[in-house]
Amino acid sequence: MFAHFFLELRQAGVPVSLKEYLMLMEAMRHGIAEYSIDDFYYLSRTSMVKDERNIDRFDRVFGHVFKGLEPPEDEDLAAEIPEEWLRKMAELYLTEEERAEIEALGGWDKLMETLKERLAEQTGRHQGGSKWIGTAGTSPFGAYGYNPEGVRIGQHESRHRRAVKVWDRREFKNLDDQVEIGTRNIKVALRRLRRFAREGAETELDLPDTINSTARNGGYLDIKMVPERHNTVKVLLFLDIGGSMDDHVRVCEELFSAARTEFKHLEYFYFHNCMYERVWRDNRRRHTETIDTWEVLRTYPHDYKAIFVGDATMSPYEIVYPGGSVEHWNEEAGAEWMKRVLLTYPKAIWLNPQPTKVWDYYESIRVLQETMGGRMFPLTLGGLDAGMRELGR
Amino acid sequence: MRFEGTDTYVVTEDLMVAVNAAIALERPLLVKGEPGTGKTILAYEIAKAIDAPLIEWHVKSTTKAQHGLYEYDAVKRLRDSQLGDDRVHDIENYIVQGKLWQSFVSDQRPVLLIDEIDKADIEFPNDLLLELDRMEFFVYETHETIVAQQRPVVIITSNNEKELPDAFLRRCFFHFIQFPDAETMTRIIDVHYPGLQASLVRSALKAFYDIREVPGLKKRPSTAELLDWIKLLMIEDIPPEALRTGDTSKLIPPLHGALLKNEQDVELFERLAFMARREQRGN
Repeated sequence: MFAHFFLELRQAGVPVSLKEYLMLMEAMRHGIAEYSIDDFYYLSRTSMVKDERNIDRFDRVFGHVFKGLEPPEDEDLAAEIPEEWLRKMAELYLTEEERAEIEALGGWDKLMETLKERLAEQTGRHQGGSKWIGTAGTSPFGAYGYNPEGVRIGQHESRHRRAVKVWDRREFKNLDDQVEIGTRNIKVALRRLRRFAREGAETELDLPDTINSTARNGGYLDIKMVPERHNTVKVLLFLDIGGSMDDHVRVCEELFSAARTEFKHLEYFYFHNCMYERVWRDNRRRHTETIDTWEVLRTYPHDYKAIFVGDATMSPYEIVYPGGSVEHWNEEAGAEWMKRVLLTYPKAIWLNPQPTKVWDYYESIRVLQETMGGRMFPLTLGGLDAGMRELGR
Repeated sequence: MRFEGTDTYVVTEDLMVAVNAAIALERPLLVKGEPGTGKTILAYEIAKAIDAPLIEWHVKSTTKAQHGLYEYDAVKRLRDSQLGDDRVHDIENYIVQGKLWQSFVSDQRPVLLIDEIDKADIEFPNDLLLELDRMEFFVYETHETIVAQQRPVVIITSNNEKELPDAFLRRCFFHFIQFPDAETMTRIIDVHYPGLQASLVRSALKAFYDIREVPGLKKRPSTAELLDWIKLLMIEDIPPEALRTGDTSKLIPPLHGALLKNEQDVELFERLAFMARREQRGN
């Protein structure tokens, strides 16, 4: 009956399966939502959406299927970007090397495509409203005064105003964090880092000790218990955010959400481009609520493993000279801070979302690679695997 | 058997549909939402409304799925054997029923609350898949299959500390309790403290939503805290005028301890109050 609706949901990325669809049909047969479309909306939502992050997507599809509103996003965004404006963007955005490289790859048209792709990504993320993005004040686009909402990409303006029905109100919009199922593979790679140790309440039978003490006890049973084994690896995650990292937000989000579920002791901090004297935990309030890097070094003991995630793509001055930071005046050079962190946490790696083949183009990557003692790995499954092995040694 | 809220619990329409779907289709209902928005209370209220016994299973980090089915107390049996107790010959004496078992054999269709399922190990929900789906399980020690006489109404709550596996989610209805808007909140207060002075409610609600808006709070106050606070205000007989935040010298509402549960939050709030005052003086 509602096969069309079901298919559209799947297309929009709401993970519904036949099971949920049949559940809805069954509920309809029981007459739970008979007389009103609102009830039907609530019923289909409760049976088909299993995660509040997907409710917004569901609302949009529902509105589209049952009302004939505009189609949901992700459709031909690029078609609306004026060509001329793209050209200008390219000039501002790409470095000499990149332009030369793209020229070699297939010239201007190819470049256009890349840019369109990136922009489509960027808009998608802005609407998603996950906490990483939309807040990065110094994105390459933002820095040049570009605001995706200002240029007519997508049609959110018109879509939002007409809210009448429940699903059109889209109250769940900011719960959609766009992190998709791709995290599974990352979790598997992270699992390499698991280190099991006994900790906590005594819950398991310790057979050798029980036999031992029963024997001592003259044959009368004397049960001995030991605590269960848990994953005790502790991780400090330092994430570069904003600026050139905007291109890599997606993969970083996946990494982050996988790491969150995988490690019990995970602390994360954000930095911009390079480590300096301050880090922060909430990117929305990065200017008001920062944490002294010294405090981080003091708070978390040496057995924490440090993972830096960043593209390390910047001017080398930002690393080696005091006052080199693009955002503030830093008394000490970023390299000093990196050394300090590495001294406190000898087990450390750097994950770089830039493809390995461009690493040589950037002086800054080489400097950091040197600082890290060669422990920089690409942010791919293979690189992650190698990195975890390095940390686990 | 329909659930339409009770005189002590305000239920929104979407929640009502979800609960009724779960009751009619005999499938679990998974409820998520901010802490203090009435997830656990929901199960109590459903039990009250449809006049069914309530069986509560509170999950902790050490809880295993098996605990809900049954436990075989081997240690006790071993002890009994050493002491020469006669009961030792029948293994059934050492099978301890879990909450799920209890709900399966209940005379009347019960409400089973599985509270804070996300606290348990990541495998916990997976281990309950079949049992919740078919509502039956096998007891290895006695070789019997326990089948539910009536499928209980299962309410599962989660605080989102862990992601739940897809296979588990597919078998449940899902509801996310939105934080109530001011209108619903007024109804909730009315249900709990009927006949409260309208002006006090209004002032209290305004102060409450203002506090929720303060950026950077570690724990934003929720419905449960608001109700506690109003109770305190009533006991102390605080006049509504005292709650008006327009007067910046009294930006911190009286008895704020009921709303802000964390000394950093209180400190942050005081700092903001101080800044607001300084700003006013500057003018």
